[in-house]
Amino acid sequence: MVLSELSPILTSPLSVGSLGILFGAGLAYASRKFAVEVDPRVQKLVEALPGANCGGCGYPGCQGFAQALVKGEASPSDCAPGGNALAQRCAEILGIEVEAKEPVVAVVHCGGDCDKVGNRFEYIGLEDCRAATLVQGGPKECSYGCLGLGSCVRACPFDAIFMAANGLPVVIAEKCTGCGNCVEACPKDLISLAPVSKKVHVLCRSRDKGAIVRKLCKVGCIGCQMCNKICPVGKEKEDKAIIVTDNLAEINYEKCISCGLCASKCPTGTIIDEAERGKAFIDSEKCVGCTVCARACPVGAISGERKQAHVVDEAKCIGCEICVAKCPPKISAIKIVKSEPAVGKKDAA
Amino acid sequence: MKRMEIQHLTAIIISSIFVNNFVLARFLGLCPFIGVSKRVDSALGMGMAVIFVMTMASLVTWIIQHYILEVFGIPYLRTITFILTIATLVQFVEMVIQKVSPNLYNALGIYLPLITTNCAVLGAAILNITDELGLIASLVQGFASGVGFTLALILMAGIRQRLEVSHVPKVMDGLPIAFIVAGLMSIAFLGFAGFSF
Repeated sequence: MVLSELSPILTSPLSVGSLGILFGAGLAYASRKFAVEVDPRVQKLVEALPGANCGGCGYPGCQGFAQALVKGEASPSDCAPGGNALAQRCAEILGIEVEAKEPVVAVVHCGGDCDKVGNRFEYIGLEDCRAATLVQGGPKECSYGCLGLGSCVRACPFDAIFMAANGLPVVIAEKCTGCGNCVEACPKDLISLAPVSKKVHVLCRSRDKGAIVRKLCKVGCIGCQMCNKICPVGKEKEDKAIIVTDNLAEINYEKCISCGLCASKCPTGTIIDEAERGKAFIDSEKCVGCTVCARACPVGAISGERKQAHVVDEAKCIGCEICVAKCPPKISAIKIVKSEPAVGKKDAA
Repeated sequence: MKRMEIQHLTAIIISSIFVNNFVLARFLGLCPFIGVSKRVDSALGMGMAVIFVMTMASLVTWIIQHYILEVFGIPYLRTITFILTIATLVQFVEMVIQKVSPNLYNALGIYLPLITTNCAVLGAAILNITDELGLIASLVQGFASGVGFTLALILMAGIRQRLEVSHVPKVMDGLPIAFIVAGLMSIAFLGFAGFSF
């Protein structure tokens, strides 16, 4: 019997059909053998994450971070843009506990804009700070200062930083998620991440001697140490919240209480105080006259006898809020009344 | 192998890679050609996948043609059975790549299953039949066609990577300039026409 003479109605579906069954079985076997294990939590995590792929967590994009989370290599609070709400959501998906972290924002530590610092030479080249730095440290007279060409602006995935007209970058705190891309982009290491509650910052990173800084920049740190002397935190020079090393004052944000005293004393206006300061007011009915606040006040604005209600001299008060922290929690007789603009030197730009 | 056979196979190789290049001379498989040729490493990965599928497809389809279709007298079922075979092979390749190299899998994305419906692999299988080649020659032609496809893909990827940092007029940026470049490469490959052993 010649096979080619069999009825085509029989052979066509039989041949194609059996080929189909054969291939199907082969694929089913292969799909078992080459199965890739996908943790279903990864998909849920990717949906919960912001999806900005900023890389702030240190992993390649949100997909990479989700995979690291299920492996246990990363913690949900590593995602800066997500904040605490996201960390909680991820912790729920993963079934673990996570602590709330304080959000951080970027701070640009340079106050030397075009009016305050001149140029050593005219730079003609790629409009990028990293390229300009290669040419003898950049065109600014202060070799530590911001070049204003916008590498940080381009690095930000959230449009939270823009270049102001005076040549210095400005951070929009509401948009900033603390991802750290600008910190890495700046070739002069001028940007750092500070907790949102800390409002006092040193806007300088120059380690040149005071006399040289004075010639180059009107608002540069000259290392005079007046901030260190006035700082109320700690007893010794090394224990204070603001320390001068190598002719530069640096604030330790873990110790700093954002009182604003250093900003008010800084002779060059290098330290800025961004807090809205009010005046302390003592409720005379609550005050028991323990005198703790009067002793703590760095400017001597509180006066009063023992066991009698104390009073704040509004003219002297600088709104540092140290007294508020010192008043025993059960009494809480002091509160801050905000009515005037803040006391203390502010950034003139 | 006889001297004639080696000469015949060499002629097939040279012809499939240069003279009758699948993309630049026959204009088959343009979809993955334009789609995956943005970066050289993903182009290379795609090329490897196509070489494997073309070779395996040539083998299996030749066997199906000569031992099933011709034996049962149903040569008209060639297209459907070939597509079935190629689809199965591509599924298999996809599974293997997903397991072995997830990065390549993500880089190729949709273009990997696109090898199934793209005419290059089906073209290679059918050309083996219409050229009336034996099993070894079919295998060699399938393999060499894949190599030719990969060559065109890598050349295109290299050019497109440089185009990204060049000053291309805004109107032409992206796909338009890619197609113009493909056309120019095609004209260049015309120079191979007329080669014969």
